[in-house]
Amino acid sequence: MAKLKVPVGPADHAQGPADAPVTLVEYGDYECPHCGHAYPIVKALQKRFGKQLRFVFRNFPLRQMHPNAEAAAETAEFAATRDKFWEMHDLIYENQQDLSDELLSDLAKRLKLDAKGLARALESGDLAERVQKDFSGGVRSGVNGTPTFFINGHRHDADFELETLERAISDALL
Amino acid sequence: MSKILPAGTPAPDFTLHVTPDQTLSLQELRGRPVVLAFYPADWSPVCGDQMALYNEVLPEFHRFNAELLGISVDGVWCHAAFARDRNLHFPLLADFEPKGAVAKLYGAFRDGEGFSERALFVVDKNGTITWSYVSPVGVNPGADGILEALEKLPK
Repeated sequence: MAKLKVPVGPADHAQGPADAPVTLVEYGDYECPHCGHAYPIVKALQKRFGKQLRFVFRNFPLRQMHPNAEAAAETAEFAATRDKFWEMHDLIYENQQDLSDELLSDLAKRLKLDAKGLARALESGDLAERVQKDFSGGVRSGVNGTPTFFINGHRHDADFELETLERAISDALL
Repeated sequence: MSKILPAGTPAPDFTLHVTPDQTLSLQELRGRPVVLAFYPADWSPVCGDQMALYNEVLPEFHRFNAELLGISVDGVWCHAAFARDRNLHFPLLADFEPKGAVAKLYGAFRDGEGFSERALFVVDKNGTITWSYVSPVGVNPGADGILEALEKLPK
């Protein structure tokens, strides 16, 4: 079974305690409808498991299929440099159906981020390396589509509906 | 699951259509590593489908100077439409007539069903299989095994 090759570390975007008994890692693409489907499911899991669960999001943009995925990933990374990664992550998924450069710029303004700074960062490609690092690590770990979840380092090969993930996380807690 | 050709076996040569008027032989690629990715069919309905994933990972394969070939029993016109729709940047070979003949050579054909396994082969620059893997048909095998096998090839 595929295993997470890049351990969760300080460079990751994580919610929940570092010493939580279960860590759920998602490799996701902001333009992927299946990831959009998984977004509220992860929220529900976080509510259900509270401090027992740490959630980590890593970038896996399918750039050939989803023309806005890379810009969206870089926008969230830009927000991260201003400590607003999760706010941006959530806003993008909540507005996924309207994803475009204009939307990303609007969301930046909504979070009181410097929209011009964002445009410059997207233009320069400064954040591309960070996104690519996530992507390459994902490929090495056996990410085979989006979203791919890992529970305590093991790839979750079943579906990602709420009940299925709830059961898998409960099993990991035993 | 089928018994696919194991590591150490010379990769059987084949010639298949890559477009309606062009064929490709494995022999022509001698001198560089080749990744053969047999898959059941074009148009599988999921977003993260295997060929789409490899398309994204292509730059990593190219770092090893490796050529990736997708192979299924679909015909050339079907492949052409699929490749255009998914914006694929690597050749899809049509193992169409006689159906599945190349998959059979590699031990990767599912008899009752009439299509190939999700079977992966890494062939070194001398034409020897150095790694092979068959995944349950419902499970996309990802690209990690391929990359590990390419890494192990002598430079």
